[in-house]
Amino acid sequence: MIKVNGEEHPWRQGLNITELLKEKNYVYHAIIVRLNEKFVPPEEYPAAMISDGDNVEAIHLITGG
Amino acid sequence: MKIYLNEKHIKAEKGAKVAELVKQHKPGAEVCVLNGFPCLMEHTVEEGDRLVLIKKGEVPSKNELEHLLSARHTPGIADQLKKSCVGVAGCGGLGSTAAIALARAGVGRLVIADYDVVEPSNLNRQQYFVYQIGLPKVEALKEVIKKANPFTKVESHHLRIVPENVETLFGKCDAIIEAFDMADQKQMLVETVLAKLPKTPIVIGSGMAGYGANDLMKTRKTGMLHICGDERSEAGPGFGLMAPRVGMAACMQANQALEILLGPDPRIDPSLDPSPTRRGK
Repeated sequence: MIKVNGEEHPWRQGLNITELLKEKNYVYHAIIVRLNEKFVPPEEYPAAMISDGDNVEAIHLITGG
Repeated sequence: MKIYLNEKHIKAEKGAKVAELVKQHKPGAEVCVLNGFPCLMEHTVEEGDRLVLIKKGEVPSKNELEHLLSARHTPGIADQLKKSCVGVAGCGGLGSTAAIALARAGVGRLVIADYDVVEPSNLNRQQYFVYQIGLPKVEALKEVIKKANPFTKVESHHLRIVPENVETLFGKCDAIIEAFDMADQKQMLVETVLAKLPKTPIVIGSGMAGYGANDLMKTRKTGMLHICGDERSEAGPGFGLMAPRVGMAACMQANQALEILLGPDPRIDPSLDPSPTRRGK
């Protein structure tokens, strides 16, 4: 199990950030991702492998202000 | 005994009541603030108390004014806020509102930046006035801040914030308020601050379109990122931005900045029973 924005989410071998965002349907175009408290730049999403027990935060930056 | 009266150290009789001090030092004063809270004339002052007496309608001297502006602050924090510097990236609905809240709270220095000018559709949520239409927002905001708190130092930049100037603009700030409108701009700023100013907390505004739904507006924190808003309500065709909800997000951002500058308020204990009978003195 991993944590995504504080909620539990099933883990599987080979899960990376790109796949996780698809699974969570986080399709909003402006997003900031932190894996175990480290910022992951978008270009690194495919290579950012998630391990069991990891903590992922996905912050959507919503238009309006 | 010694007390502070309008920030001056004075001698007072033990057991002196506020009414006597009013008669002696500020006859006619109707507003009495003791240690940050309004008090009654019958109240007895104690050693080290901070008493502020204000006569309504009287314009204080410049020396007195700075002290009177912080009379209702939680005691002990004014000096720390005065030494602080907060950056405000964008001066629209979020930025103008947050900047004025921070100025009123006594933050000593604000760095504000925006490329835009005031136009009529801004006035439904931004802290500008009809007579300022056409002015650069940073100029208009600096003027409004000066009227609310003339002691706030405002460094203004009429320019577009891009990754290349973020560090120069906000490098000396103790915290940055992200106050853009467009999602891609918000992302640009957050990514740039994370990369170039990794030790500077950034308070993001995300999700505030529409009206009502107060209970969905919240704040959360992750590392150096603080996020204020409902993280879902996206402004767009058919879903506008209005003063109350945008104001909530902006004031949450400003309030979060205060917590960053001062640490959590020790007087607010979230674990305490909210019932009034459990509140302390």
